[in-house]
Amino acid sequence: MTSATAPGKKGRGGSLGWLALPALAFFVAFAVVPLVGVLLLSFTTWDGLGEIELSGLDSWTAVLSNPGLMHSLWVTFLVMVLSWAFQTPLSILLGVFLAGRQRYRAVLAVVYFIPLLLSSAAIAITYKALLDPNFGLGAGLKIPLLVQDWLGEPSLAVGVVVFVVSWQFIPFHSLLYQGGVRQIPRSIYEAAELDGAGRVRMFWSITMPQLKYTIITSSTLMVVGSLTFFDLIYVMTAGGPGDATRVLALDMYKRGFQANLMGPASVIAVILVLVGLFLALLLRRIGGGNNSDSQLEGA
Amino acid sequence: MGTPLATRPRESAPRRHRHRRDVRPASQKNWIGGAFGWIWLLIVIVPIYWIVITSFKSQSNYYATNPLVPPTEPTLANYVMVIESDFLLYFVNSIIVTLGAVVPAVIVSFMAAFAIIRGGRGRFLRSVNSLFLMGLAIPLQATIIPVYLIIIRLNLYDSLLGMILPSIAFAIPLSVLVLSNFIRDIPKELFESMRLDGATEWGTMWRLAFPLTRPAVVTVAIYNGLTIWNGFLLPLILTQTPDKRTLPLALAAFQGQYSVNVPAVLASVLLTTLPILVMYMVGRRQLLSGLTAGFGK
Repeated sequence: MTSATAPGKKGRGGSLGWLALPALAFFVAFAVVPLVGVLLLSFTTWDGLGEIELSGLDSWTAVLSNPGLMHSLWVTFLVMVLSWAFQTPLSILLGVFLAGRQRYRAVLAVVYFIPLLLSSAAIAITYKALLDPNFGLGAGLKIPLLVQDWLGEPSLAVGVVVFVVSWQFIPFHSLLYQGGVRQIPRSIYEAAELDGAGRVRMFWSITMPQLKYTIITSSTLMVVGSLTFFDLIYVMTAGGPGDATRVLALDMYKRGFQANLMGPASVIAVILVLVGLFLALLLRRIGGGNNSDSQLEGA
Repeated sequence: MGTPLATRPRESAPRRHRHRRDVRPASQKNWIGGAFGWIWLLIVIVPIYWIVITSFKSQSNYYATNPLVPPTEPTLANYVMVIESDFLLYFVNSIIVTLGAVVPAVIVSFMAAFAIIRGGRGRFLRSVNSLFLMGLAIPLQATIIPVYLIIIRLNLYDSLLGMILPSIAFAIPLSVLVLSNFIRDIPKELFESMRLDGATEWGTMWRLAFPLTRPAVVTVAIYNGLTIWNGFLLPLILTQTPDKRTLPLALAAFQGQYSVNVPAVLASVLLTTLPILVMYMVGRRQLLSGLTAGFGK
């Protein structure tokens, strides 16, 4: 594909366009149109059932003047930062560990990845039962430290969400890091070893710099993904206690489908899209505007 | 070039295996990693173990015994209760929605990926490609309100088809990206010889590109299948009557109804996860590369 284009080829290429039409049709109908639609709906009033009426900037002023938005943004930011800060070092540690070729590590890996297979709903239900102060694991074992009202105390509930998110996704990210570590050429380590570098030294001056692009990819997925923690929080805490875990996605759902205020809910959705795009661009900038190609070329 | 990384080392692993192992001297053990590896094993395995043993306890037995000790008199009553709560119906719904969305999603994505690689210099296909790439950066959850409106207007609210259509659309960007990365790796000479043999592009697509990228197709199908099987938001918003529920939604409803009956709730969790766990046992390699399919970004 890199060589110069023959004129005949170009013509033939153009005629292939119809092959992309079915995919394009689905994507336009259920992703592009809704994306434009959500912006339009943010300037309307709609209860989800009746007529949709134009209402100008009413929804925007209602949402922007409501302290609920700042709270949801803050909770979203908190969950995002805490889950990133918790998952990243642990995923790197596990990824480096799993990159070793010992047989028992492969066996451990089989177990690690089980949480990835479970639905968020199943995980949320399990932890809700497990953490119940009266009927849960802590109460049954009679360990006072574990008998907390985990999902009833605002600060504990945020911590639980971060922990459960990590329980679910650390395996995925450690898989990425495992792949990243295995891409690092052995020869670099061999050279360092001849120079007498120790294990810790090699980790910081070879492994970490070589993992740069994996770290950026993994962080992007974590950060942008954290905007969409809906199922887990909805089932586990429903945004509570109070509004303690009411992240943006949940705020959108509650305003739209519980309070039947689709206008303001669409405003939240637009904000969600903007935050997502902003974060994706920001992380791209930090990564030097690059993608995985250069990582492979460097490997 | 942009092949998902996790699939690559996996393929070349056996060859480099021996060479790599003897490089790392025993004196330089990764103690921190090792210790944490075992701690993480506990963190993962304790809740799972607890789900399994508790699901076989009777409710009264559950409160009376140590939660980490297996039941002395295992019972299947919880499973019977779950199955009697229409879980077979939800199971069938989940299968219909998953297969109904994955099969068309993979086929249309494959066709689009083939067109983008083979004819990607045309302006139309270039813009289609960038449109799909843009779809990766946007949290598609944010589009659910208009999706809800569209599904109502199509008279598909509260139907399985209503969940299938948006699921196909949401699966397309990543599928096209991964598949086109694999199609790009097919040697140009093969396409050329097909052309000299007089094959059409349509024939080349199904008789050359499709068989050669089958592992990628399976990977993409598994990834999408898992995402849709576990999906919660679309069923939550697009259905109303209980008999249209898929498993995750049914789980949440069951929990809401019987939250005090912990063993029954955990039996429902285990039962709905079982098909995936069985698949995991059978096709672990394929499943794991499927899970990281999106990494080619």
